[in-house]
Amino acid sequence: MALRYGVVSGANPAAYNEPIAIGGGVTATFLPAGHVLGSAQILLEHAGERVIVTGDYKRRPDPTCPAFEVTPCDLLITEATFGLPVFRHPPIAEEIARLLATRIANPKRCILVGAYALGKAQRVIAELRAAGWHEPVYLHGAMEPMCRLYEEQGIPLGDLRAIASVQKSALAGAIVICPPSALNDRWSRRLPDPITAMASGWMRVRQRVRQRGVELPLIISDHADWDELTETITEVDPTETWITHGREEALLRWCQIHQRKARALALTGYEDEDE
Amino acid sequence: MKRFAELLDRLLVTPSRNGKLQLIAHYLRDTPDPDRGWALAALTGAVDFPAIKASAVRGLMAARVDPVLWALSRDFVGDTAETASLLWPEPEQAPQGAAPTLGEAVESLSHSTRIAAPAVLTTLLDRLDTAGRYALIKFATGALRIGISARLAKIAFAQAFAVSVDSVEEYWHGQRPPYLPLFAWAIGEAPPPRTDEQPLFRPFMLAHPLESEAVSLEDYVAEWKWDGIRVQIVHVAGDTRIYSRGGDDISGSFPEIAGSLPFAAVLDGELLVRGSSQGGEAGGAASFNALQQRLGRKTVSKAMLADAPAFVRLYDVLIDGSEDLRQLPWAARRLRLEELMQRLNSAHFDLSEIIVAKDMAALAQIRAGARDAAIEGVMLKHRQSPYVAGRRAGLWYKWKREPLLIDCVLMYAQRGSGKRSSFFSDFTFGCWDGDPDSGAELLPVGKAYFGFTEEELKFLDRHVRQHTVAKYGPVRETDRSLVFEVAFDSVHVSKRHKSGVAMRFPRINRIRHEKPAHEADRLDALRTLVS
Repeated sequence: MALRYGVVSGANPAAYNEPIAIGGGVTATFLPAGHVLGSAQILLEHAGERVIVTGDYKRRPDPTCPAFEVTPCDLLITEATFGLPVFRHPPIAEEIARLLATRIANPKRCILVGAYALGKAQRVIAELRAAGWHEPVYLHGAMEPMCRLYEEQGIPLGDLRAIASVQKSALAGAIVICPPSALNDRWSRRLPDPITAMASGWMRVRQRVRQRGVELPLIISDHADWDELTETITEVDPTETWITHGREEALLRWCQIHQRKARALALTGYEDEDE
Repeated sequence: MKRFAELLDRLLVTPSRNGKLQLIAHYLRDTPDPDRGWALAALTGAVDFPAIKASAVRGLMAARVDPVLWALSRDFVGDTAETASLLWPEPEQAPQGAAPTLGEAVESLSHSTRIAAPAVLTTLLDRLDTAGRYALIKFATGALRIGISARLAKIAFAQAFAVSVDSVEEYWHGQRPPYLPLFAWAIGEAPPPRTDEQPLFRPFMLAHPLESEAVSLEDYVAEWKWDGIRVQIVHVAGDTRIYSRGGDDISGSFPEIAGSLPFAAVLDGELLVRGSSQGGEAGGAASFNALQQRLGRKTVSKAMLADAPAFVRLYDVLIDGSEDLRQLPWAARRLRLEELMQRLNSAHFDLSEIIVAKDMAALAQIRAGARDAAIEGVMLKHRQSPYVAGRRAGLWYKWKREPLLIDCVLMYAQRGSGKRSSFFSDFTFGCWDGDPDSGAELLPVGKAYFGFTEEELKFLDRHVRQHTVAKYGPVRETDRSLVFEVAFDSVHVSKRHKSGVAMRFPRINRIRHEKPAHEADRLDALRTLVS
């Protein structure tokens, strides 16, 4: 939290699965959400009524954080970032395999992967390691503190090197991770003929790839895709579902088709598509 | 199909023109016949399976996806083919056979009837992955819309086989997909296809807009730029064809013209309908609206021929008898055209008038006075210019009239398609039907989806998202706070619009951040500009 938002006074760290009384007879419990390290759903309980706010979540296996826990409740408040049936994220191993195949086909070029600094970057690195890539992975300066924090939390990421410390010539054939905003920035011009890749669920849609100016789209997301969203509602099986933060209308329609009581929560200021 | 799908996807992520040319050239060299010919046909918009239309794809999807989920998805993705490729359910049983090639797909699609088409398409789609499905649907419905012009594809063809692009243009139009004789000629295995035995389309000569170039009327001749349809009329061996700018055969819609060129020639001119608004009372032409009534008709009634008779105002002659005049200077071709005019029926043909002006300043005055005549502007043609395909620097210029301007208020917005998918980029704007301080209302007067920069588009998109007051399906109604300066070429009376007027070529000229909505223009201001 301090790394992302600065040090906040009066904040208390909370553990997963430990109810905290927050007054008025309400207890709050943090449950793993599987989104990124430390991400949580919040279970609110009052007089036997149970509400879960999923926050951002996903159901796919992720070596860098504990998995989403399905917990029964009366009211489920779910995110809907990828709440359209066109969004189906392929298995991450396929996307990592495409990344490595591109690297092998272009040994003189470096591959610059745009990935969100919290969670996505570490997951991509961990999955590269799992796929047998043990070369150094080079980091844009903005990536370093989060990666260090993950390693301190016991998530090994292998040989990581700051890009500032190496010669341009050493980067031929290297994999470099940077924030998405740096992909087409002046910063990337110092790299040897980079292939720009972007790890994001939006890469499923061609025109998003084009708008981003990305050569190698990698469909990798830390948010639930359509199947995960709908399956989660089915498994949690709440009496009522509120939908927020994304494409509410389609998920609302799905709930209607499946005779589930649901409504869309219109939160203003949430219609951006960064992830 | 896999290679074609790869080509489409790589073209999409390759912004540079050279990169695109290389990708297409590579594909054309390395892919066997007939697949490469079919891909070329797709890139140049020459694929047409009458049995398969976008509606067939929508029909297939309607049987597989809830209509609301389909509409929301289509709206977000901004492309029917892509949406269908993403939502297509994977077959429950593993499909039979390998993924189809382009040639195989053509084979089965071209033999299917409208009734059988959905089943044929289904079988093919079941054998493909997402990218392959996208490519197949794009291919089968004949609308690639991937930002590749037919011209670019022809340049790539020329590069692939080291032949001249002018020759490619010349031989192209007699050929049908998959262009086997064209490929055979390009790789040096056959003589060039013959062009003198059929009424073939020849590529048009086009003009650059006149910007800062210094042009003298000693070297250039001035003609009006008429607001009709540029056409080429070709007669060979008893057969006459009328071609539009893109080479489409529109002879069927204008039988009176097609029937009145009885000798071998290729002529260039403007198709117009008789009337009084263009070029004065006698021998004048009607506004573009009148011409629109005649477009796209398969059968033309006698009443239509009597009410809206068409004629061609001739600009140029390319071929006279068997003599190709295209290498002659403009002045020599003009003399030949004037001679030839004496053999043509003046009911259906006249000559484009040469504007006499002593210098550019005088011409500018004449051009400014042409507003009421609904003329688009002035053409400037170099007296020595040969007739060459496409736009060639320094030969022909178009000098459009200054646009009209009006301040309108943004009322509705819709997401765009293609590269603007997801961006709110189609705007409907309105003018006040009276004094806004005494309760007047905004009436929509037009729609525009270009004229703004990329930066302005981002601003507009954000504005729409933050100022939405209602949603009607894909349409957002905004809070009517933003004023645009809209530029347009002319405005006409229209019964189809509640405002009673319709603009020609409206575009967003600039965003007037500083102007309050109630100070935008009133309808009366627009009505006084009606031509």
